[in-house]
Amino acid sequence: MATTEHSTHQPAPLSLYLATFGMLMFLTIVTILAGFHNFGMWSTPIALGIAGVKAALVVVIFMHGYSSSSLTWVIILASMFFLTIMLGLMLSDYVSRGWAL
Amino acid sequence: MSATNETVQDHGQHHHKDLAHHFDTLEQQHDANTLGMWAFLLTEVLFFGGLFAAYTIYRYKYSAMFEEASNHLDITLGATNTVILILSSLTMALAVRCSQTGNSLWTGRWLLITIAFGLMFLGVKYVEWKHDYHIHLMPGKDWSGKDYWHWQYAKKAKEMETEAHKKGSAEHSLPNRNDVLADNDPSLGVRGIQESQQARLFFLLYFCMTSLHALHMLVGFVLIGIIAYFAYQGAYSPEYYSPVENIGLYWHFVDIVWIFLFPLLYLLGAHMGH
Repeated sequence: MATTEHSTHQPAPLSLYLATFGMLMFLTIVTILAGFHNFGMWSTPIALGIAGVKAALVVVIFMHGYSSSSLTWVIILASMFFLTIMLGLMLSDYVSRGWAL
Repeated sequence: MSATNETVQDHGQHHHKDLAHHFDTLEQQHDANTLGMWAFLLTEVLFFGGLFAAYTIYRYKYSAMFEEASNHLDITLGATNTVILILSSLTMALAVRCSQTGNSLWTGRWLLITIAFGLMFLGVKYVEWKHDYHIHLMPGKDWSGKDYWHWQYAKKAKEMETEAHKKGSAEHSLPNRNDVLADNDPSLGVRGIQESQQARLFFLLYFCMTSLHALHMLVGFVLIGIIAYFAYQGAYSPEYYSPVENIGLYWHFVDIVWIFLFPLLYLLGAHMGH
């Protein structure tokens, strides 16, 4: 939550953006290397985990999540919540019942 | 009523040129703008979410064929595009930063550089889609039922490519369509049809997801172009840069979608070897 009047207007240091970019590049390489490796059933959770960290970096740094109001964070978290409901409940139905696709 | 009138009068006394009448302060206006943009992005998450849901279900049902089908996509091109898009996210973040520090010229420049990277991304995508089309990965009306030769053709093309790579030559020709039709082994029967249909689902999702993503980029080019024009006109300042911030949020969202699409579509079958 913004406490002082101009707290959301302070530009982040350039080095923070460059470091974030470097981290995103690094994680891209990691995800490719992991992709060529057979982790069996863990392959997808690992790939999604890395993608999740990358997405979090983009949201928090590039999209200024670190200085966003709590109301904005309610929306950010709500988007994930509803996406989880959509994927989770739909999948639970297909996993637990033998739908002929 | 009198209270409302007083507020209106208060506004008139210290009215910033960029402050809309219904906001008390620039800070409040900025927060409301950001919140509105995020609310729009929430609907976008669920918009793409529908396709991700379809992907999840069919991937769960036909995991083996999805892995095999994924192996037909070009990881090098996919990875190149991932790098290009993350670069464009960086330049977009720098554009927003310049608007925060009041550097209008570089706000405009970084925005145009962002568009340039976006165009590079679509250029790579064009090369990729064109190749996908030529090796019959594009699902069409012939892709189902008895006519599963498209998938046979794609597999043949993949074999020939692997063969050429083993011999160390980068060049490889495409299979002859009539040869594939003649080779079409009827004993594959029901299994062949099922395989073909499951692979078709993967490529249907691949084309839908990547083209919806590309459509978002095209919309982005227009919007970024407009904001860049106004930036060059000096419309933004450290007190008022919400439009730049919001176009940035949009572009980063498009980047995030690709961050998930890349491993889910391209890297799925990578461990099976190329």
